[in-house]
Amino acid sequence: MKEFLKGLSHGVPIALGYLSVSFGFGIVAVGLGISVLDAVLISVSNLTSAGQAAGVEIIAAAGGLVEMLLTQLVINIRYALMGFSLSQRLDDSFTTPKRLLLSFGITDEVFAVASAQRVLSARYMAGLITLPIIGWSLGTLLGATAGSLLPEDIASAMGIVLYGMFLAIIVPPARKEKSVLAVVLIAAACSVIFKYLFTFVSGGFAIILSAIIAAVIGAALFPVKEEDEQ
Amino acid sequence: MSIYIYILVMAGVTYVIRMLPFTLFRQRITSRFVRSLLYYLPYAVLSAMTFPAIFYSTGDTVTAAVGTAVALVLAYLKLPLIVVALAAAVAAYVTGAFL
Repeated sequence: MKEFLKGLSHGVPIALGYLSVSFGFGIVAVGLGISVLDAVLISVSNLTSAGQAAGVEIIAAAGGLVEMLLTQLVINIRYALMGFSLSQRLDDSFTTPKRLLLSFGITDEVFAVASAQRVLSARYMAGLITLPIIGWSLGTLLGATAGSLLPEDIASAMGIVLYGMFLAIIVPPARKEKSVLAVVLIAAACSVIFKYLFTFVSGGFAIILSAIIAAVIGAALFPVKEEDEQ
Repeated sequence: MSIYIYILVMAGVTYVIRMLPFTLFRQRITSRFVRSLLYYLPYAVLSAMTFPAIFYSTGDTVTAAVGTAVALVLAYLKLPLIVVALAAAVAAYVTGAFL
């Protein structure tokens, strides 16, 4: 119970962030002609920002299912890497059914917070993902129903919330460790180069390639000491 | 085509991606290089997702740049996630009101 409550408390800021980000998603989804209930269903079953944003575009454009499948695969493949990384920290309480269930809650922010734990217990992970799932679904419902009442300039300013959250995750460790700073700067530089020079590479692939290039350089130049990862 | 088929494909692909490595991988990785790679990867992914996309996130480069600057400063000061995120939006909104 103590572990669950600890996870729950660590999930509060993530849930609040999700509430505002998914509010924006709700607005976008309804704007594309998707019903309020379907928008909420998408958030409950997907729990992912970039993947859902791309997904509703494909639905609105009546795109193909293969296009949908490949887009989700490319945008969300980072979760496989995160799951792989987290699998190194799981304690014995993580039985197979618990892994099957709790893996659903792996997101960028959940991963970032979970990574800061030495050892991950199933109870902690269950607590950590509970409020973010509720926040993500509730925010979508609010955005989809009340979003149209929001003035245009407030709605567009909300578009930066998700990225602000990403910066809040990467800046403190980059401040602490030169190696993380180097990796973050290389990844950003690669991403900018793909965006403006190699425009034939799609957005999802550009992110994966940029991240892998930066992480490989980081791992080659600054191999982590044992205590760094603990 | 029914929207529910789309949602099924979206949700199915996304779940399988999350579930497979988390559930199936049981060994401890001993390679120092691979361990380093896994340590740096999340930061690299988030950074690549943020730049340059953040500058397009509000529909106006100037308001987005001000929001980014505010987020960077507050994140550097180690303020909580939600504070950094919402302050970026407020900064973008206030800047837009003056343009």
